Amino acid sequence: MNIHIKQGYVVDPANDIASVTDVFIADGHIASIGSLPDGFRADKTIDATNKIVSPGFIDVNTSLREPGLEHKATIASESKAAVSAGFTTLCCSPNTIPVLDSTAVAQLIIDKAANANFAKILPLGALTVGLKGEALSEMYALKGTGCIAVSQAPSTNISPRTLRLAMQYASSFDLLVILKPEDAGIKGDGLVHEGVMSSRLGLTGIPVSAETVAIAQAIALAEETECRVHLTGISTSKGVAMLARAQYEGVSVSADTYAYQLQLTELDVGTFDANYHVSPPLRTAESRDALRAGVASGVLQVSSGHNPHDLDSKLAPFTSTESGVSSLETTLSSMINLVNSELLDWHQMVVALAAGPAKTLGLEEGHLSVGAVADVTIFDPDATWIVNNEQWHSSGLNTPFWGETMTGQVTHTFVNGRLVFER
Amino acid sequence: MSSSQHVASTSFKAPDSSRLQLNEQGKLRHFLTTESLSKEILTEIMDVAESFSSVGDQAVKKVPVLRGKTIVNLFFENSTRTRTTFELAAKRLSADVININVATSAASKGESVLDTIRNLEAMQVDMFVVRHGDSGASHFIAQHVAPHISVINAGDGRHAHPTQAMLDMFTIRRVKKEFSGLKVAIVGDILNSRVARSQIHALNTLGVEEVRVIAPKTLLPLDTNSLGVHVYDNLLEGIADVDVVIMLRLQKERMSSALLPSEHEYFECFGLTQKKLKQAKPDVMVMHPGPINRGVEMDADVADGTHSVILQQVTNGIAVRMAVMTMAMNHQVSDQP
Repeated sequence: MNIHIKQGYVVDPANDIASVTDVFIADGHIASIGSLPDGFRADKTIDATNKIVSPGFIDVNTSLREPGLEHKATIASESKAAVSAGFTTLCCSPNTIPVLDSTAVAQLIIDKAANANFAKILPLGALTVGLKGEALSEMYALKGTGCIAVSQAPSTNISPRTLRLAMQYASSFDLLVILKPEDAGIKGDGLVHEGVMSSRLGLTGIPVSAETVAIAQAIALAEETECRVHLTGISTSKGVAMLARAQYEGVSVSADTYAYQLQLTELDVGTFDANYHVSPPLRTAESRDALRAGVASGVLQVSSGHNPHDLDSKLAPFTSTESGVSSLETTLSSMINLVNSELLDWHQMVVALAAGPAKTLGLEEGHLSVGAVADVTIFDPDATWIVNNEQWHSSGLNTPFWGETMTGQVTHTFVNGRLVFER
Repeated sequence: MSSSQHVASTSFKAPDSSRLQLNEQGKLRHFLTTESLSKEILTEIMDVAESFSSVGDQAVKKVPVLRGKTIVNLFFENSTRTRTTFELAAKRLSADVININVATSAASKGESVLDTIRNLEAMQVDMFVVRHGDSGASHFIAQHVAPHISVINAGDGRHAHPTQAMLDMFTIRRVKKEFSGLKVAIVGDILNSRVARSQIHALNTLGVEEVRVIAPKTLLPLDTNSLGVHVYDNLLEGIADVDVVIMLRLQKERMSSALLPSEHEYFECFGLTQKKLKQAKPDVMVMHPGPINRGVEMDADVADGTHSVILQQVTNGIAVRMAVMTMAMNHQVSDQP
């Protein structure tokens, strides 16, 4: 099918494009940017006037809940939610039940994703068996089945020695290792940022050192083992500074922050609102500003931190609720917020959501070069919408933005040149 | 209202605590925390408590204020003193009282807090007195109970214990008459103390001159100053020239979890003795929410000495709880349209 996207503002950092032009898609690939290819006849023409045309977004670490927790969400429900929000590739976190530590579970997820047929879903193999931090998983076999990387996240239960060995082993097969930078011992039973709100509400605090100690460890081990490492969910200003320095010194460590962390702070927890129970915790305004600067400078990429839950998981006293936000569908608006505040430009936004993650994962997606697979997102940066049942696709309704008006909405999403979502 | 609608309409935004505690006329309908309540409401609690304080001295220790009302003492965490004083307070108001110790019943069978509340609501009760080990549990219950039910927080995790704080305020007012000009020191495990948090908010709202907290750094929350207190790590400096010293209970598990080396060392540094007490004003009041660890928080001379008002605190607890229960019950929101 041939598609002609007319007069959109095309943003493609890889090719240094940021201008109003046309995009031509043929046979699932980008046929041309700007000029009409010879003999091209469009089967479908999309008027993208006043809209932005971008490479499809790539999420490094998404909790899809299937298999095992289908009462929270399914691969079908969340991959539909993903394409409605402009994501064309999701990496499936290994925190399934059973854990994604075997080729059988990896294959099941690949098959379910093919049936759903919305976003591309790349399984992340568990770094250790059962994510228990003890025995190494069969990383070579997992890679053979299609695991794009291995991950210990969201578990932080692993000794420095085991982590070092796992990173050495992973690097033997040039596998990227994804970690959640949080020291389990320092965190203890912490729930919110250690600061004014933990003091006021009497909730156990999570000190900044829970993150910085883990980042320091990961950087030291990445340097020593020559393993490629990606740290997901950076939350502190000190963490951003450590990563900037390590990247400057040439350590192969990339990192992301969750889009909602760029908008919210510890104060939003208010009076025990469980929708703000997230991990890592919301931190100070100073840290939030440093995360924004880190995204602008390219030190940090942005992922959704998507964690869909059923209602009961949040309907309990704060301490007893599960952490996480259903966040795929608010990620774009969180980013557009920063662009409208002139803290980011479109180029930086697309690097954070598409080009950066593609580079980290070694994917061929993430750009609009002629001949590249046509994973394309078109969004209206000025459209406003209300977060409610009519707009929402994820099975997880656990968002602090419920009922709020957001700016920026996806109108079309293409995966391999196929129109998988339109609104 | 169907339960599913109830869930959908309340699960996304938590109201701030002052809005949750007051009805549309600005009167107390739940009592969850002393934070954000006005000086007028805190004073009203003490005034009403004063009017009830003679009930215990009468031959028939009862007034018919809450006759026909059903109060459930819902204790998810063990307590003897607090539960007993709440029970006595309710009985002296002529209410029917049911004690439910959830720590040993439903929760251990896996029932959620919300289901426990729904079941008791179906039995048409009028008030929950809640103690729970999780900070914020009383707020959660107040957000989800039917509109005609009041919730009194009898201690939630490390967050708040507002009736304890108000009985302390009542005790201070009875002795000192005025709050303005008072210097108050709170000594001990501030980090883990719901009592301290509630006292700090109440003392500041009532207009004392200065609130001090005295503890080693492992027992202080970060940014303690943000609560409106002056922080001391030396007892002698901290109690110098104060009018009131409030000692907090030290739990044994603070030693096993590496927050403190030993009870002996704690007593050396932060335990109150008659000698140390000489640093304070000559008419200093010594308070403790109980139960006391003699030889840890204070020695017996102080606990039983002339400055101690610890047993008056217990007596006053009944009048204050009678006051809070009466006020909240009078300001419930009607279910009827």
